[in-house]
Amino acid sequence: MPVPSSVLAAAAPVWDWGYALEVLPDLLRALVVTIEITLLGSALAMALGLVIAVLRRARIPVLDQVVWAFVEVVRSTPLLVQIFFLFIVAPRFGLTLSAFLVGVLALGVHYACYTSEVYRAGIDAVPRGQWEAATALSLPHSRTWTAVILPQALPRVLPALGNYVISMFKEVPLLLAIGVVEVVNAAREAGSQTFRFVEPYTIAGLLFLALSYPASMLVRRLERRVGTV
Amino acid sequence: MIVFSAVEKRYDDHVVLSELDFTVSAGEHVCLIGPSGSGKTTILRLLMTLEAADGGTIHVGGECLTHMLRGGRLVPADEKHVREVRKRIGMVFQQFNLFPNMTVRGNLVEAPTRVLGLSGDEANARAVELLELVGLSEKIDAHPTRLSGGQQQRVAIARALAMRPDVLLLDEVTSALDPELVAGVLTLLRDIGERTDITILCVTHEMGFAQDFAHRVLMFDGGRVIEDAPPSKLFAQPDHQRTRDFLRAVIDRA
Ligand SMILES: Nc1ncnc2c1ncn2[C@@H]1O[C@H](COP(=O)(O)OP(=O)(O)OP(=O)(O)O)[C@@H](O)[C@H]1O
Ligand SMILES: [Mg+2]
Repeated sequence: MPVPSSVLAAAAPVWDWGYALEVLPDLLRALVVTIEITLLGSALAMALGLVIAVLRRARIPVLDQVVWAFVEVVRSTPLLVQIFFLFIVAPRFGLTLSAFLVGVLALGVHYACYTSEVYRAGIDAVPRGQWEAATALSLPHSRTWTAVILPQALPRVLPALGNYVISMFKEVPLLLAIGVVEVVNAAREAGSQTFRFVEPYTIAGLLFLALSYPASMLVRRLERRVGTV
Repeated sequence: MIVFSAVEKRYDDHVVLSELDFTVSAGEHVCLIGPSGSGKTTILRLLMTLEAADGGTIHVGGECLTHMLRGGRLVPADEKHVREVRKRIGMVFQQFNLFPNMTVRGNLVEAPTRVLGLSGDEANARAVELLELVGLSEKIDAHPTRLSGGQQQRVAIARALAMRPDVLLLDEVTSALDPELVAGVLTLLRDIGERTDITILCVTHEMGFAQDFAHRVLMFDGGRVIEDAPPSKLFAQPDHQRTRDFLRAVIDRA
């Protein structure tokens, strides 16, 4: 039988400021963990994505197909499955990682498969004449990449990479599935002790909003500055 | 200096060059003319090793571009071999292709330091000297994107010369320029032709320039050299009807 809302409201206020302040420190601590995972995961995604993009452009037989297959598998399966896979299957191969590290790795590798596409678009947008001029000057391959192609490709992909960092930040809560105490997990824990979920979940949401929104504004400004691919 | 023998180039089943033979001596200035799609650019790209030939051999300065000796047998050249021979060749493109992420100085010192192993000071001195030659000394720290087309092309010419190539390839280097900038670049090329002994192979639609710059003009059609003569002969009394038609068409357009 539904409880009249007036009864609920009388029993406890919808929003209890005292309680909200009480759970805030735990949530902020969890936010730090979330940010750490995002930054480390993004660093991995950006580095590995670039490696994948450059490898694919080099078209080395066999390796190219292997990398392609890997990217397709990662892009076609849920991130959550990949997280579980790393957490549960990796130890079977003698690779026991903390939940935190599994989170960083899973997010980093998952997003690398997307950032590699961003890099690829950026690299493809560098005119063919640039490669040809580098060849005509006999520049070594490595130097062509580092001095000619990437300096032209990277600025244009920064906004897209920034957007992936923001997406990753918002996907960190998936790691509650393996027990990482990130923001949503912390909120759930707080709530399950008091049976009051409104404050912790609301604060959790606000914390994400408080960081994601300015970050996406920043990306938008960057977009206007450098143009997009 | 340059020897093409029985060179063949195909794109899928479209034959661009077949059984192409011609030679260019050291120090010679040769202009390639011919209708659009006749394969002129392809010849320069083969020499610059931007494309690989499908048949025949190409020699530059006594070295084979297309093949190399391995175990006493001639085998197709690998990347390493090609890279060695390539250093003797420079190219200037229709679209300049300067590196926009570097200054003019950066464009000029990049390859001499990285490829020839010049010190920063040596490369810089060379850049300064070449910019003086092309008349852009004051632009040394400018970014290429801030330069006019004519200025960019001068920098591109200086960049190619900074490698001290034996052979310089010019592919319609003035056709992307505004008409009023063409003459300046052509004057510069004449100047370079007089001051250096670089072998120059030049694709051009500027018949006036070909007339006084070239020692020899090669008329291309259908992937073959149909006429090969000094400009005085080729422009005044061409042997072939195709050449006459082509020259008339070019003159009508101008
Ligand atoms: N990458 C390519 N793929 C396929 N076909 C090509 C390619 N490059 C050139 N071709 C073809 O080869 C032929 C010769 O081209 P090339 O660029 O050498 O001609 P060109 O004499 O320089 O012409 P233009 O005076 O227009 O510059 C053309 O029919 C062209 O369509
Ligand atoms: Mg051409």
